[in-house]
Amino acid sequence: MEKQEHHIVMQEVIGNLLRTGVMLAAIVVLVGGILYLMQNSNRLITLHHFKGEPQRLTHISIIFKQALSGHSQAIIQMGLLILIFTPIARVLLSVFVFALEKDRLYVLITLIVLGLLLYSLIGNAAA
Amino acid sequence: MPLLTLLFGINIHYAIGASLVSVIATSSGAASAYVREGFTNIRIGMVLEIATVLGALIGSIILAAILPSTMIAIIFGIVLIYSAIISSLLRLQDHENVQPDRWATRLRLGGSFPTSEGLKAYEVSSVPGGFGLMTVAGMLSGLLGIGSGAMKVIAMDQVMKIPFKAATTTSNFMIGVTAAASAAVYLHRGYIDPGLSMPVMLGVLIGSLLGAKALTRLHIKVLRTAFSVVIFLLGIEMIFNGFTGRL
Repeated sequence: MEKQEHHIVMQEVIGNLLRTGVMLAAIVVLVGGILYLMQNSNRLITLHHFKGEPQRLTHISIIFKQALSGHSQAIIQMGLLILIFTPIARVLLSVFVFALEKDRLYVLITLIVLGLLLYSLIGNAAA
Repeated sequence: MPLLTLLFGINIHYAIGASLVSVIATSSGAASAYVREGFTNIRIGMVLEIATVLGALIGSIILAAILPSTMIAIIFGIVLIYSAIISSLLRLQDHENVQPDRWATRLRLGGSFPTSEGLKAYEVSSVPGGFGLMTVAGMLSGLLGIGSGAMKVIAMDQVMKIPFKAATTTSNFMIGVTAAASAAVYLHRGYIDPGLSMPVMLGVLIGSLLGAKALTRLHIKVLRTAFSVVIFLLGIEMIFNGFTGRL
């Protein structure tokens, strides 16, 4: 019974984490979006041809640095990064949940998922 | 994603990036409501996430780099038509007397969910088959920037014999994690444009908030049929554009 209650508490925590992450991401994107529209109100942007975003909008550390100095596009990217981090944070939290339950097999399985996710974030940047 | 390319003429790469953003937003938003109800099987979700995330990395890093846009459009069209047909044919019935396979027992995948008569226990079968299908679902998700929810539900419901409600909520649990992996790869590749992703993400969030309220007053059957028809037509147009190279 104790385990059941413990489980319900964790589900509440995970639910709150997801909600908070999505709301925070939305607010940051909205703020960046308003700034972006104010600065670029009379520019027409076409995305018919693929050029790829410049490096300042594709590298995590540069995005955060630029966002903190007030670049509107970087603020939007930072909001999108928060959105990407949200499910990853959920997996990280699950590692602790399984560890608390002393479930070694699932700590390992969850760590594999986390490792693959971290590779997508970091490993690919080096390439 | 097809809306962005077909209606607004946006390049397929930017559309894929923006689409992934919308997939994470809706999945995480919905999941926060689902985890509470007790249908989500976190163990099944975690085991299959190894498959979907691995698939997503293959799709976004390898397949997206070697396949031309026209080919991606054609694959997308086929997937759309397939999911339109499946979602209109799918019968919702729960499986009885499922025998767990070796993997399901070893990984303790069985679970239970609340019903009006208390908790109902269930078992899981064909884990390797489900794992394989999930890898394909992850590859499509990574290549096309979609959630591949339909394919995930089929793998869990039809192959692994997981009860429908547990399959849909667990699938939703996995979609956000899978899409996050592809989105991270595409961010590095410069596919995620802030000017496009901003309205898409905010629009999707507002839409899902309003939609959840409106849905309770609409006929699900009519809605599903209409949706299937639209998806089917989009699929055909996507394939046509892929073959004629108009993307």
